[in-house]
Amino acid sequence: MTRKESGSTAPAPARRRLSRRRARGNSLDPHETRRALLLVAPALAVLALVIGYPVARAIWMSFQADQHVENGFFVQGGFAGLDNYKHWLLQRCGDVACPPGNTGSSFWEVVGITLFFTVVTVTIELVLGFWFATIMNGKFRGRSLVRAAVLIPWAIPTAVTAKLWYFIFSYDGIANTLFGAHVVWFGDKWAARSAIIVSDVWKTTPFMALLILAGLQLISEDVYEAAKVDGASAWQRFWAITVPLVKPAVVVALLFRTLDVLRMFDLPYIMTGGGAGDGNDTTTLSILVINESRNGFNSAAALSTLTFLLVFGVAFLFVKFLGANATGAEPKVKAKR
Amino acid sequence: MTTTSRWRSARTYLGVALIVVWGLAPFYWMVVTAFRDLQFTFDPTPWPTHVTLDNFRTVFDTSRNHFGRSLLNSVFIGGVVTAIGLVVGVFTAYAMARLRFPGKNAILAVILAASMFPGVALVTPLFQLFRNIGWYGSYQAMIIPDISFVLPLTIYTLTAFFREMPWELEEAARIDGATKRQAFTKIMLPLAAPGVVTTAILAFIAAWNEFLIASQLSNDKSQPVTVAIASFNGTQPHVEPYTAVMAAGTVVTIPLILMVLAFQRRIVDGLTAGGVKG
Repeated sequence: MTRKESGSTAPAPARRRLSRRRARGNSLDPHETRRALLLVAPALAVLALVIGYPVARAIWMSFQADQHVENGFFVQGGFAGLDNYKHWLLQRCGDVACPPGNTGSSFWEVVGITLFFTVVTVTIELVLGFWFATIMNGKFRGRSLVRAAVLIPWAIPTAVTAKLWYFIFSYDGIANTLFGAHVVWFGDKWAARSAIIVSDVWKTTPFMALLILAGLQLISEDVYEAAKVDGASAWQRFWAITVPLVKPAVVVALLFRTLDVLRMFDLPYIMTGGGAGDGNDTTTLSILVINESRNGFNSAAALSTLTFLLVFGVAFLFVKFLGANATGAEPKVKAKR
Repeated sequence: MTTTSRWRSARTYLGVALIVVWGLAPFYWMVVTAFRDLQFTFDPTPWPTHVTLDNFRTVFDTSRNHFGRSLLNSVFIGGVVTAIGLVVGVFTAYAMARLRFPGKNAILAVILAASMFPGVALVTPLFQLFRNIGWYGSYQAMIIPDISFVLPLTIYTLTAFFREMPWELEEAARIDGATKRQAFTKIMLPLAAPGVVTTAILAFIAAWNEFLIASQLSNDKSQPVTVAIASFNGTQPHVEPYTAVMAAGTVVTIPLILMVLAFQRRIVDGLTAGGVKG
């Protein structure tokens, strides 16, 4: 892209786009529109089938009752109103508060654990990823070796990553050996959580670093030179040039990773099954949905609906407050620097 | 060379070394363990010792696991999902990158929202549905939900690639008398090939790595490798078969590593496409 040339002055590409648009006329060509819609239709139809339909079905299910016992008899389904949602949000099991140990009573705990994983891993990944990206943006030989090295954690299936780190963190494993420790990593709440966080950070920091690196590479060397001439220190250059110019790339990377961790399933499910010794110490929302589907599909559907509302709520906040332009589509003139 | 610049380059190489160790060390440990005798599972020697192929024999021992079969399952599921994602995605991406039409940003937003969709929200309704119609444990029971995240990925990546292409050539071909269809298939498609191949790799890796949906909707016959590895049986009861699991992990990862080595540049382009390029 031509962002480099336009780095400092007014939006040259925008001007070019405007003039092109003027040349083609501002009205939409009806033939072009029809052709475009024909080309887009199959994808939308497929998405409606593979996502739209299941979601509609899940929402419908979430208002149905699961098979339950009433007056000593098994009662089959029926309309349940908001009961399933009350089960999760208010910990109501029927007309009474859910007993401890019930999935309903663990809802807020699990939300907390999921958010904890999200905030901690994304923060560590952002800092490490930024650091990796600045290193990779420097001048050095062996670029392809480094690129291959960072792509390996990204490419390894998460299921394998889970097993690999499960081995590394086993009692006689290399982590304890290296640090001379005797930690039972999967028998303690915080140890297990740390092990999961380390595994996730290992696997996904490269992705973060690559996205940030791509953003860094769009910044022209000239801007730094000019700042240096004006006497800006390295620290000032970082905060006044690097950070604002790389922000769009970082926000998109943050968005992707945040949504990924909110949906996290594979690592904790395979490494701990959701508990560490006992309880829900490492249960994420996705794991809770799967566990609940053994009790009743309809209440699980309500929980999965809540999960996807949470994911979309967070995505909305990102777009609204951080201006994440993840679509990369038709950036407004003001977004184009 | 001033001392500061020499110091800076030393620091860069130190950082580079750290990144390489970060990426390779755990993977290296997996491979070393994969070739180690079960009795020496926890031998901390950093280089290969007690080298044996037994673990790989355990992995492919059909009396204990369905690993060989699950490899084929993964190849098949990944292949079909990738093909569908590409065929459906390529048309949409072309329209997104090239044509002007009302509602374009809305459609892009829908596709992006689809890619953020939590897989767990599909599993519950689909589990019940597939049970009812007898599809539980079938390949389509995994292929259909996999499309939900692979199709947005292919559209997204292809659109970014198509935006960067020299489309003037298409107009040139049109002036030379080619139809729009000819200009697309004869001129633009060959030019688009590298982007399409990259997208195919990303899509295949995404499908190959899928675990959540498969763990719920597959059975012993149809399960992909990710599920097989997570529920691996060793040779002795009550002994975690770490070495065999590491061998299985190595087998699963090797094709991906080869792809990464062969296409690393393009994969990085594909991963970052759209994210930073306006």
